[in-house]
Parts: sequence; structure tokens; C-alpha cells
Amino acid sequence: MIEYWPAILVGSLAVYSWKILGYLLPESFSRQRTVVDLANQLTVGLLAALCTVETIAGNQGASFDSRIPALGVAAILYWRKVPYLVCVLAAALVAAGLRYILHWA
Amino acid sequence: MSLGVGFATGLYGLSFGALATASGLSIWQAQVLSLFMFSGGSQFAIIGVLGASGAAGIIPAVLSAWLLGIRNGFYALRLSGVLQLVGAIKLLAAQFTIDESNAVSLAQEDSKQQKTGFWITGAAVFIFWNGFTFLGAILGGSVSSPGVWGLDAAAGAAFLGLLWPRLTHFQPLAIGICSAVLAALLLGPLPSGIPVIVAAPLAVLLVWLLRFAIKKRGTSGSIPSMGGDE
Repeated sequence: MIEYWPAILVGSLAVYSWKILGYLLPESFSRQRTVVDLANQLTVGLLAALCTVETIAGNQGASFDSRIPALGVAAILYWRKVPYLVCVLAAALVAAGLRYILHWA
Repeated sequence: MSLGVGFATGLYGLSFGALATASGLSIWQAQVLSLFMFSGGSQFAIIGVLGASGAAGIIPAVLSAWLLGIRNGFYALRLSGVLQLVGAIKLLAAQFTIDESNAVSLAQEDSKQQKTGFWITGAAVFIFWNGFTFLGAILGGSVSSPGVWGLDAAAGAAFLGLLWPRLTHFQPLAIGICSAVLAALLLGPLPSGIPVIVAAPLAVLLVWLLRFAIKKRGTSGSIPSMGGDE
């Protein structure tokens, strides 16, 4: 895990670079409609892609296992406006339960 | 309000800490991310990619975290007008510039409350987020394999929770679905970590092209609302 340190330090600086940049640029920049839209949409795209990859990535390509029903349960709970932490815990419990009871990957 | 938000957000720190150590990071690495990166989405992204790809995923891990941090830059632009800071205090304000401090400040009526709302929320979230990261990291480190407790499934659910409030219009929904499908298709052919940073910009581009094509056809009124921001 020592090889993770460069990613952790460079990544922290990279995220901070956006934060500090906002205090150094003129405020009028934030009224550029296209720039704001692009940033919001890129965020949505990244979160959706990360959610997908975390749910189906296997050793080689895609792998369909108990993470999918777990995500389905989380989606229903988010839709019912259940608090974030409860939804995350429920997803973990569903996956763990399916593996324990059904011996399903 | 600020303390409540701080405590509630801090609890997510518990899931971050647990997932971080279950993904193979040390307790200190999880803690350094919460202290210095201090942006939930980016932190989940970096540990997700590192957990899946190991040392080979360092560059895509940093890129995913960096791209997800872009929204903080827009909060900072707005807050810089609200806070009117001069000098080195900007460095601290920048670190406290996150979803929650921006949201609480935005909800206040007058400029004095906007400033107080930002600082108290930023500080409260920082303290709780870091404290709970430490607790979570100890818990996650005591789990032998992340799969046993379903922690691998919790990672996907964590991203879905960050995504959910943003799916309020047709356009973000279209981009989200498009990006998810692209990421799944690219999972096989591309090395791990790369599908995420390719799928997201490609999905944005595709939906913009689609929108442009619809506009050019001149069909007005029949398309759903295209409002992109929240």
C-alpha cells in the first residue's frame, strides 16, 4: 500500500487546485452558463460511471453478482428518501446476505 | 443547522473510512485523504479505482478524483464573492469549500449569516468527517475480505447516493444513463480505471450532440425540459 501515497498526495493537491482556483478567478466566470452546465454534467457522468463500475467490475470485464440486487435495493430506498447511510448499509447487508444464504457470488 | 449537517455528513465518513481500508489503504492513507482531499465524491472515486486496479490505477485514480472535484471550483467562485476575503485566509476557506458549506451558506438570508453559515458548516463537517473516517478505517481494517460484509456493494450504493439528487431533469438523467452504459461497455476492452474517465466526457458530448441535432430539426415544445443545472 506504500505505492498508493503518490496518488493520495497528488490527488489531494489536484482536488485543492479547483477549490483555490475559484478564489483567485474573477467571480464573473461563474456566470458563464456553458461552463457551469458542463461542470454539472461532467459530475453526473462521472458519478454514474463510477457507480456502474463499482457494481459490475470483475477480474476480467463485467461480472454480474449480488452487487446488482444490492444496488437495486439502494435505489428503491433513495427513491423513498431514506437517509444515505441507511441505504449504503442496506446495500451491504443485501449483498452479504445473498452470499451467506444462497452462496451466490 | 450547521452542526446537524456536520454530524450527518460526518456519518458518511464512517462508510468512507471502512471502504478505504477494505480497498487496501492504510488507516493513515484514509485519514490523509479526509484531511487534505476533503471532498467526499473525489475520495470515494480515488479509493474505488485504487481498490480495483491497485498500483496500476494511480493515474486514472487521480484523474477521476480531480475531475469530480471540479464542482468545488464553482462553489469557490460563488463563495469568493460572498466571503470577500483578503490574504492567506483564502487558503483555509478553499479547503472548507465543499457541497455542504456552500449549500448552507446559499440558504441564508443576509450576508453576515451567509458568512457564518459557511465557516461553521465547513469546520463542523471537517471535524466530524475526519473523526468518523478514523473510526470507519479501524472497522474496515478489521474485515478480512470486503465481499464478506458486502462492502463492495456498498461502494456502488455510495456513488448512487451522490448521484441521486442530481437526476432532477431530463438532461442529467440522459447523461447518467449514457455514461453508465458506456462505462459498462468499455469495462472489457479498456484497462481498469480508464472506462470511468472516458465514459463521462463522452456521455456529455453525445448528449450535447443529440440536443444540437434535435434543436436543428426545429422540433420545439415536444422535447422534455433540458435544464441541466440544479
